[in-house]
Amino acid sequence: MPANVGGTTGNKCPSLFVGTGLFFGGFMEEKPKIISELEETRDKALASLSQVNDEEALQNWRRDYLGKASQVMLTFASLGQQPKDMRALLGQTANQVKQALEVALEEHTQRVKQTALLHKVQSEQVDVTLPGRAPVQGGLHPQTQVMRRIFAIFAEMGFQVYRTPDVESDLYNFELLNIPAYHPARDMWDTFHVEGEGVVLRTHTSPGQIHAMRQNAPKPVRVILPGMCYRYEQISARSEIQFNQVEVIAVGKNITFGDMKGTLNGFVRRLFNADVRTRLRPSYFPFTEPSAEMDVECFVCAGKGCSVCKSSGWLEILGCGMIHPAVLENGGYDPRVFSGFAAGMGPERISMLLHKIEDIRYFWGNDVRFLGQF
Amino acid sequence: MKISLNWLKDYIDIDLSLEDLARTLTMLGLEVEEIRVVGLELPQKSDRSEFKITGLGWPSDYFVVAQIDEVMPHPDADRLTLCRLNDGGADLIVLTGAPNLFPYKGIGPLVKPIKVAYAREGSVLYDGHKPGYELTKLKRAKIRGVESFSMVCSEKELGISDEHEGIIILDSDAPTGMPLAQYMGDAVYEVSILPNMIRDASMVGVARELSAVTGKALRVPQRSVKSNGPNIAGKAAIEIRDPQLNPRFVLGLIEAVTPRESPYWVQRRLRMAGMRPINAIVDATNYVMLETGQPLHAFDYDVLKERANGERPTIITRPAVEGETITTLDEVRRNLDPNDILVTDTAGPLSLAGVMGGLESEIRPETRNILLEGASWNFINVRKTTSRMHLNSEAGYRFARGVHPALASWAVELCLQRMYEWGGGQIYEGLVDKYPLPPQDPQVEITVADVKRKLGITIPATEIADILRRLEFKCQVDGDRVVAQTPPIRLDIGSGEVGKADVIEEIARIYSYNAIPETDLGDDLPPQGNNLALDHEEKIKDILVGLGLQEVITYRLTSIERENRLALDRNELNPQSYVKLRNPSAPERAVMRRSLLASVLEVLEKNVHLSERLAFFEIGPIFVPIKGQQLPNEPRQLALAMTGKRHNSAWDVVEKGQLDFFDLKGVLSGLLESLHLLNVSFEPASHPAMHPGKCAQIFVNGNSLGYLGELHPQVKERYDFLSACVVLAEIDLDKLVSLTPLWFESAPVPLFPPVLEDIALIVDANIPAERVETLIRQTGGKMLSAVHLFDVYSGEKIGTGKKSLAYSMTYQPQDHTMTAAEATALRNKIVRRLEREVGAQLRDE
Repeated sequence: MPANVGGTTGNKCPSLFVGTGLFFGGFMEEKPKIISELEETRDKALASLSQVNDEEALQNWRRDYLGKASQVMLTFASLGQQPKDMRALLGQTANQVKQALEVALEEHTQRVKQTALLHKVQSEQVDVTLPGRAPVQGGLHPQTQVMRRIFAIFAEMGFQVYRTPDVESDLYNFELLNIPAYHPARDMWDTFHVEGEGVVLRTHTSPGQIHAMRQNAPKPVRVILPGMCYRYEQISARSEIQFNQVEVIAVGKNITFGDMKGTLNGFVRRLFNADVRTRLRPSYFPFTEPSAEMDVECFVCAGKGCSVCKSSGWLEILGCGMIHPAVLENGGYDPRVFSGFAAGMGPERISMLLHKIEDIRYFWGNDVRFLGQF
Repeated sequence: MKISLNWLKDYIDIDLSLEDLARTLTMLGLEVEEIRVVGLELPQKSDRSEFKITGLGWPSDYFVVAQIDEVMPHPDADRLTLCRLNDGGADLIVLTGAPNLFPYKGIGPLVKPIKVAYAREGSVLYDGHKPGYELTKLKRAKIRGVESFSMVCSEKELGISDEHEGIIILDSDAPTGMPLAQYMGDAVYEVSILPNMIRDASMVGVARELSAVTGKALRVPQRSVKSNGPNIAGKAAIEIRDPQLNPRFVLGLIEAVTPRESPYWVQRRLRMAGMRPINAIVDATNYVMLETGQPLHAFDYDVLKERANGERPTIITRPAVEGETITTLDEVRRNLDPNDILVTDTAGPLSLAGVMGGLESEIRPETRNILLEGASWNFINVRKTTSRMHLNSEAGYRFARGVHPALASWAVELCLQRMYEWGGGQIYEGLVDKYPLPPQDPQVEITVADVKRKLGITIPATEIADILRRLEFKCQVDGDRVVAQTPPIRLDIGSGEVGKADVIEEIARIYSYNAIPETDLGDDLPPQGNNLALDHEEKIKDILVGLGLQEVITYRLTSIERENRLALDRNELNPQSYVKLRNPSAPERAVMRRSLLASVLEVLEKNVHLSERLAFFEIGPIFVPIKGQQLPNEPRQLALAMTGKRHNSAWDVVEKGQLDFFDLKGVLSGLLESLHLLNVSFEPASHPAMHPGKCAQIFVNGNSLGYLGELHPQVKERYDFLSACVVLAEIDLDKLVSLTPLWFESAPVPLFPPVLEDIALIVDANIPAERVETLIRQTGGKMLSAVHLFDVYSGEKIGTGKKSLAYSMTYQPQDHTMTAAEATALRNKIVRRLEREVGAQLRDE
């Protein structure tokens, strides 16, 4: 072992050194032997240091060349016994040697440590392609997420959330919305009727319009009405008996069809992207007039036609219109003074478009393989 | 409604491309769902195809009108004929098996050539012998020794209809050699008609809308043929019992009509519209209904006379009497109620008014003399009848949405002419017309300001009037005011403010919705308030997600049986306490849920084999009927359920810990802590679905919030769960939200070092840990900033009936550094209190 070489040499040195020390004084002109021996030991020590490459050998080297029994330290110890005129020179030399050794040791120790660390680091390689440990993770239902987006966009435009019940009277769900019994428009909703007189599961969030207006009239209203709605349908990939709707209404003294376009276009641009194209198509709802459907240029194919937009290039996104005078009146507003708009959209449809969900039954099916993707 | 372009052009000139026409119709509110091309050139596939386009084009080089001059027998095949045919050029021999040519076989050269649709070699058309519509290309082939390279076509082969029994025999005036597409090329627009635009369930209606936007003149068809018979006076009488039900009833009479086949172009148009041609009489009523929107009904005049014992028949309209019946054309005997309207004569019911004719007075093959009815009916009654009987007829569809009574005489006149033109005969002069209740067509006053207020744009009065006139409103302009008289063709315009809105919609529609500029809402912003219920609810969701739970949203419709699974004692849930549907779509979705927990547990069950760890929550309403209250209460709840492993396993760690009561308690404690609720306690309790020894009630400031616990093993057996325990909780969300503070104070970070100390105490096993901790906290007071139970031990070392609780405590003085003596004093005080109150002993290490 090269580390031991220095050690063994060092062990022999002190006896030689002490022995010759007594002999030193006579030759002032020549370098005293004791000094050249110190220097030789120093050179030998420095030379052997480069062979030292672990913590233990470093300790041994320190003991041999800087320990209590080392030549340098013994030189200091024996300084008092040296001739007076030698002391200064010898002390100085011993100091220099000690310092040189210490500096060298310090430097080398650092080097050895770095080398050892480098070795360790090199041996510690892991297979970074092994999977990470999965933390326990919760998640929001996709419809909570899309609802929040809708709420947030409308909140910026001053629309607050207003919730109304799922089980409604026929009066609020139909009559007050200008849909009398046996009106052709009733065809548009296949209704679940509840046992008891005139009670239904709301077929849309529109009854909330009347609730919100009646609570606020004659102050202006700007609310969105989210909630679960129900229609008697055969459950299939395309239709559900239970679905969310978000209704938007604004009532005031200066609200126009143009304002409705501005507001809804603003919403759609925030939801999809800033330069999405939209169009309004005439439509019919008993509680609005004029009524319209808003189509958004298909963001999947940019209007070229694909399976999502069924080759039409357009996606139906919401129904809207100016609130019908009879509905305004039922809400407590004079239709000659007040006007307003209403719009309704299906958050499930929006999610289906945004995430290319092909089966509406996934939403309330709550399969973890579906929920885990959001 | 299927709109044939070829037919539509009878009433208006159209120079739009197929797609532009579809776009224009859609923007008028007549949404085009599909374009089926029948002969015209198919539009080029472009970057933007907005419509579903199907069908077949007939290139002029390949498809032409041809004439068959002779039908000759095939030498080797009885079922085939050889036709000598001219396609405008040379004579050709074409092979066909069409049965409708057999009558001409072997009779020598035809005096009157048969006009046919001829496809030359290389034509691409539908295979008439295969099901569905499969394209095929005509190739040269030898059939039974005769070379064949082209064909005379059936309707199916050309994509006109499913008909492929025989070839098309065109009208005799079809010009030989003319490209077929030019002669009868068409495209059918499938248009959905909005409930308030039933006037447009007619060719003229659609043409009128197009005229309003394109400015092309509308050609309204009118009776042009003069009567060639005597006056109708005395031939029939009408008695209307209730004008509210039947505002108008019109009769026309035509005799000696031949019920032969209608001209080919009529048959083709009817087929394009989705109707089956029968004969000239029936076709005329259907054709005119599609043309005008007015349903018509043809009676066999001889049958009526017979029923009146040879006297003048009297038509009576009246509500049906309870218990009365009628057998309709579809041979179904129908029980009537007083809501149904009947057309009867003195002998009894003739037809179900506005819906379907009766079997007895039906037109028969031998019928020659026709009494033609054009009437109008109360749409509500017709609607009730059609919906009760689930009877969908073209007539019922229109009458249930409202047909203007003014159309009746116009349509009857037109129909008499069509019958005469297609079947010959003698049209009686005049009509029998009872019109006791003409509708008041509203006059609507509208100003430039009204339009501006609703639409946000200024349209000059003259332009408003111009738009409305194009829809046949009669308008007077007076400065900024327009007085518009509704035309007698529609029932959807109201009066007063409603009428204004109705008219403004028409203005906007014709002006184009997309031409109205968008503006920002400039109206006063209503006062804004907070919405704590929603805000807290959303916060609770976020906290629970952070605690590792997945939100679910379940059906709010369920069944009592499904919810009963969760109750140990099945009598616990009273059927009276449910909101029940009168018309459930399925028995398992017949009531509104009373338990959110039951729904969440179903989700857990459904997923139990899909993941080694499941932790779900849902927030939503349950539905509680209240006696004497029309609508139920809808309190909101929070339900949680978890099962499986505590953490996820990994490739180097297999998770052994199973979720149990304390994991769920940790979640709930974490939730309540995050909501800054103070004075939370959990007390042993019982719940019908929970393990009696592992169930707790949660209190905040003495208010019960709900329950948590392990699913009762007996209840668990009813589910498809694994061996791992299932823990669940049911929380009153409304209560939780009401107790949640809007804001809270934070504490400063201490300036002085804390002192940490551990103590282990031996107490009787039945002492609740919470009691010990409460005593520690009370005694420690402000100085004690945290107490953490880090070990619970029971075993022989400390004696039976005992348990050891080890706490680490943090002493945190606010204004100085604590000395060792102070710490010891505090600790001793705590230990002494515990000794005194719960008999605790300090455990020696």
